[in-house]
Amino acid sequence: MDWAIVWFLLLGFGVFMYVVLDGFDLGLGILYPWYQPDERLLMMNSIKHIWDGNETWLVLGGVLLFAAFPPAYSLVLSHLYLPIMTMLLALIFRGVAFEYRFKATTSKHWWDFAFCAGSSITTFCQGLMLGVLLQGLVLEEGTLTMSSWSWLTPFSVFTGFALMVGYALLGTLWLVWKTSGAIQQHSRQIALNLLIGLAVLLVIVSGWSTLLDERIMDRWFSFPNTLWLAPLPLLTAYALWRARQALMVPTKREWLPFAWVIAVFGLSFLGLVVSVFPFLIPWQLTLWEAIAPAKSLNFILPGVLILVPVILGYTLFGYRVFSGKLDSVEGGY
Amino acid sequence: MEIDGALLSRIQFAWTVSFHILFPTITIGLASYLAIMEGLWLKTRNPVYRAQLFFWIKPFAVTFGMGVVSGIVLSYEFGTNFSQFSLATSTVLGPLLTYEVLTAFFLEAGFLGIMLFGWNRVSERMHFVATLIVAIGTIISAFWILAANSWMQTPAGAVLDRQGVFQVVSWMEVIFNPSFPYRLVHMLLASFLTVSFLIAGVSAWHLRKDRQNPVACKGLSVALWAALILAPLQAWVGDLHGLNVLEHQPIKVAAMEGIWDTEQGAGLRLFAVPDQKQEKNHFEVKIPYLASLILTHDAEGTLQGLKSVPADERPPVAVVFYSFRIMVGIGVLMLLASVMGAWLRWRGKLYTTTWFHKGLQWMIPAGLVATLAGWYVVEVGRQPWLVHGFLRTNAMVSAHPEQRVLFTLVLFVLVYSLLFGVYLYFMRKLLKRLPAIDRLDEHSALKQNQLAGSLAASPSTTDIPS
Repeated sequence: MDWAIVWFLLLGFGVFMYVVLDGFDLGLGILYPWYQPDERLLMMNSIKHIWDGNETWLVLGGVLLFAAFPPAYSLVLSHLYLPIMTMLLALIFRGVAFEYRFKATTSKHWWDFAFCAGSSITTFCQGLMLGVLLQGLVLEEGTLTMSSWSWLTPFSVFTGFALMVGYALLGTLWLVWKTSGAIQQHSRQIALNLLIGLAVLLVIVSGWSTLLDERIMDRWFSFPNTLWLAPLPLLTAYALWRARQALMVPTKREWLPFAWVIAVFGLSFLGLVVSVFPFLIPWQLTLWEAIAPAKSLNFILPGVLILVPVILGYTLFGYRVFSGKLDSVEGGY
Repeated sequence: MEIDGALLSRIQFAWTVSFHILFPTITIGLASYLAIMEGLWLKTRNPVYRAQLFFWIKPFAVTFGMGVVSGIVLSYEFGTNFSQFSLATSTVLGPLLTYEVLTAFFLEAGFLGIMLFGWNRVSERMHFVATLIVAIGTIISAFWILAANSWMQTPAGAVLDRQGVFQVVSWMEVIFNPSFPYRLVHMLLASFLTVSFLIAGVSAWHLRKDRQNPVACKGLSVALWAALILAPLQAWVGDLHGLNVLEHQPIKVAAMEGIWDTEQGAGLRLFAVPDQKQEKNHFEVKIPYLASLILTHDAEGTLQGLKSVPADERPPVAVVFYSFRIMVGIGVLMLLASVMGAWLRWRGKLYTTTWFHKGLQWMIPAGLVATLAGWYVVEVGRQPWLVHGFLRTNAMVSAHPEQRVLFTLVLFVLVYSLLFGVYLYFMRKLLKRLPAIDRLDEHSALKQNQLAGSLAASPSTTDIPS
């Protein structure tokens, strides 16, 4: 068995869980400007009991990268210093907004702002880092040029905004699922627009990324790769179309558009992996170059294999405890 | 010392980790307190216990939130600011932190939602289980983080290979490294003591405003019983920990005691001004033989001095020396306060002695100050090593230009200062309100209100009651 692949899959799973789970709750913050103040309160309320668990997947992603692919962790974190620090500070403001917004009397609008700006900046930074990884880190004589601003490129800024659209879409679909009445109808309208936006952005980002490096171009547009990779974009288009159908013709299964867009995220993630595999840090480090020694990995493997299903189990339990529509604002503590 | 990127990275880490540790110190102790109160309520149905639970769960939630957001920063700072360190030690620390996330963070986060917001969605029993799991989660988290930290102090079970990367030989030895048991118990006790004095101080404050408040009386009573047991226990564990440090990090002890020349029958310096350059103390006040007696259990015992190692292997003495005295001083104060509490209780004056209540109020932050001071002894005392005896701190830092780290450091100082101010403001607001048993009815009335009312029907109750 190739352990590097196994750990790559586990890391990929952790990152994907993060993107979906924190994606929709960051999305709610991004969407604030398009909702009324009382609706905003409901939005924040709909995730007050789960945002912490969702964000824990980010920590898991960080420590899994640290434990399983140490050179990648060290390389990417020190290179992306400013975007990461900005993201962390934004996450702080967004996180404390949950606590203080509900207790504030005169400063409510400040915490609303902290939540909205914090969510937006966090998402932008994540999208930007994704873009940087895709275009590759700039090295100088084998070492990173630590003083460079090479992460700030048109492409990375574009992917930053693209991810904001993606997360915002997840946020609206969460609301379609969890609310009813006017706010649900409003969310459905926004979701339909964002869905078109996401489709366009996916096409642009995919096309642009093939121009970044000929290795990506070759991966997708050489024969016979094109043939057996064709299902990926086709399935993505299909999932997008199904999400749109599910929004246009509402059924009882109001989680359906959310599920289809998660599929879109999954397929895009897969497309990203296809573009750069087997590189973990494109063009610098492959999985096999970055993998940690067996003695360390064998120690955590049973833990990951046993505990992750357990975590998924009680996370699901937590979601079930708070299942149903959020039409009244419920108290707590 | 020259101001360079490395030093700034270290200051930034010190600042962010100092800020962070305040919150877990409170939540570890407070989570256990809440679980005990909820358990007692379910068992006895005495509403005073439930009032304790409802009163302290709000400050707990706010503190927990602060701990979460400030903790995420740390898990990324290893990589952003100490990339060499993360390369060298990821084989050891990566798995420990992974287990912390898998066994503790998810557990806490998963059940915190039910604990804080699940009152009328799960049964009382399930709610208690959630509270209990959160409390256990905080302790498991302490287990792993203390294992990782202790390994950096007394590394074991791993060898440094030719590439400068640690390779694990035995995980049991890594986790249960020589200083780990002492450090874990010392930190958990510190957390419980901190919370005991937090609760005692706040209850005393309430009693000064409302002499008969039954909830405050109960809080004061429970907290002082706890302190009476914990404070002497902590002194004993602290002593054992000190002996362990002497065995593995004698130079740290020399800095704690301000001993420059290796001495036989060393005196206990009560006060001194250590001078790193001249390698001696000014204005020394000492009790002869006492340091040797405490540390070697022999008045004539030999204590290794700082000068026994080259100057570049000594920690900054003054910081360690003073921090140690602050920690021990507060420990003694806590011991005195808990004994005084027991005496007043025996005389039946515990709930009426105003000067004692005033004193306890001043001691509300005592545990936090002592915990911070203790961590400075541990961490600054380990310098110049990052992993004791193996890796020097300065060689482990990412090569960032200083302006960049300065920029983020200034941001962290501004943001954390602001947030700390906000935290204190809201904590004061939450802790100031008098707890009352009949306020519980208000709580359940609100709940019914929320069930009945919709957003549109009752816009005035749209806020979470707090």
